[in-house]
Amino acid sequence: MIRLDNLSLSVSSFPMGPLCLTVGEGDFFVLMGPTGAGKTLLLEAIAGLVPVADGRIFIGARDVTRLPPERREVGIVYQDQSLFPHLTVRENIRYGLRFKNRTGPGTEALLDRLVEELRIGHLLERRPLHLSGGERQRVALVRALAVQPSLLLLDEPLSALDPAFREEMGGLLRRIRNSTGATFFMVTHDFTEALALGNRGAVMNRGRLEQVGEVRDIFLRPASPFVARFVGMKNLFRARFQGPHALVRNLRMRLPRPQGRESGKVAFRPEHVEIWPESARAPHPNLFSGTIAECLDHGFTCRLTVSVDSVRLTAHLPAREAHRMGLCAGRRVTVAVPPEAIHVI
Amino acid sequence: MRYKGPFHHLTLCCGGLVLAFILLPLWELMTSSPPAALARTLKDGEVVRAIRLSLLASGASAAIAFILGTPLAYLLARFDFRGKRWLEAIVDLPVVIPHPVVGIAVLGVAGRDHALGRILLQAGVRILGSVTGIIVVLTFVGLPFYINTVRDGFEAVSPRLENVSRSLGASMAETFLRITLPLSWRSVVAGLIMSSARAISEFGAVVIVAYHPMTAPVLIYERFEGYGLRYSQPVAVWLVGVCLVLFAALRALTLRQRKEE
Repeated sequence: MIRLDNLSLSVSSFPMGPLCLTVGEGDFFVLMGPTGAGKTLLLEAIAGLVPVADGRIFIGARDVTRLPPERREVGIVYQDQSLFPHLTVRENIRYGLRFKNRTGPGTEALLDRLVEELRIGHLLERRPLHLSGGERQRVALVRALAVQPSLLLLDEPLSALDPAFREEMGGLLRRIRNSTGATFFMVTHDFTEALALGNRGAVMNRGRLEQVGEVRDIFLRPASPFVARFVGMKNLFRARFQGPHALVRNLRMRLPRPQGRESGKVAFRPEHVEIWPESARAPHPNLFSGTIAECLDHGFTCRLTVSVDSVRLTAHLPAREAHRMGLCAGRRVTVAVPPEAIHVI
Repeated sequence: MRYKGPFHHLTLCCGGLVLAFILLPLWELMTSSPPAALARTLKDGEVVRAIRLSLLASGASAAIAFILGTPLAYLLARFDFRGKRWLEAIVDLPVVIPHPVVGIAVLGVAGRDHALGRILLQAGVRILGSVTGIIVVLTFVGLPFYINTVRDGFEAVSPRLENVSRSLGASMAETFLRITLPLSWRSVVAGLIMSSARAISEFGAVVIVAYHPMTAPVLIYERFEGYGLRYSQPVAVWLVGVCLVLFAALRALTLRQRKEE
């Protein structure tokens, strides 16, 4: 659907690219990265809103590199929704129809369906100024989808919403994508959002793509320390390898398979670290005794930092379980790290 | 209650002085002529012609500023390019050039000694002592006010609105007409008022290019020179009245804009 071929931009303070990326037809692709990584810039380049320095952009079979935005069949929804403030909601969502020659019963039926599906029927005569954030976001989506773009670009569509709305809007995005069959390309700095919505994705850092692939795969097997940190792999350590084992300072950890090289990095997710009572003993290859250094209650989960010798391991576990075990700072516990959870970078 | 020290009193004193400095002469002027004299002045054909010419010429200069200045203001608001700072400085130049110099400079280009002047003469366009000449210098002095005001207005419209419009299929021109202009029309009107207010009060440049036909400021000057203060005052009152109407319109427009924001 989208193919970026050695794409370079030179708009911002840092040079971007060359980037190569392929997004499949009907994908819900998420472009992740910290603020300032260049995500929105790449989005605008695909939409034709910033000039391309070098390389090519293909959408479908067309080379759109030199096409103006109005001829790319690409919709864009910004974080701030960018509704036209001088037009009513109805005028906003019908804005694109006259340019795209989309008239007739088919278009009207689609509009009616979108209006109903996104529940904005009661807002049609209002001005954007008088809408809530969630309402504005839904109007912006209908406006973009009304012209039936083959590709919809979403720039952090959820980040401006209240947390309560965010989940609902996420579900709506998924449903809309399924019902329209359009390809969605979403930018976000929030990895959990990406995990909840996207099937494929990429992580961007300082104008470069660090990793491209299945979102779950990026989540579990980050390709670089940067990606590991970005996806919340709190346990990231330099290690020396001895056959099927990794030595993190004095800790000897069993790996899923032997490593051919001498040193590297090991990483594992805090949710995969198990906390057992101190007395627990079981046949497990990676059992360590440690002391809880810190216990942070996040409501649904608890984040524990456990000192094992000089290594600090981070574990996330359900708050209920942490309370049941009476975990608090200073308590001695046994920590288990399943070998299959350990990812070598 | 905040403590009000000597500095606070100093600011109040200076504020009062400035107010008096501006208002006292104007008040004196506005109350100097008896109503009968004002009414008589309005029946004076020369005065009416001069004020009408001032209004028409400054209106025409504002129209030219609108046609030529709007695209340039948009360019300056939206695009970054090499030499942009220079272009902005050039646009501001008419503000700092002494006004008689503007007149002299325009005549330099419009005369027989200059190629452009010869072309203009062949085309039957006369600058010296003509309404055309007056409009040219008024445009010259009014343009920066128009362009800068409108540029600020365009800058206040989020480029993302234009981006969305483009992605929905509108061309750049359609986007400008349907999104940017409707959202910044107040700035355009404010720019028109600013530049015509500037033009209507112009004297130095006009008097060099065209003593006749007479604009209101030139007529006031002539009456002052020829007959003294008493005779120039009633004409001045009418000109100030016209300027005040423009000024009030501008204030009303900007105040409403602030309220809407």
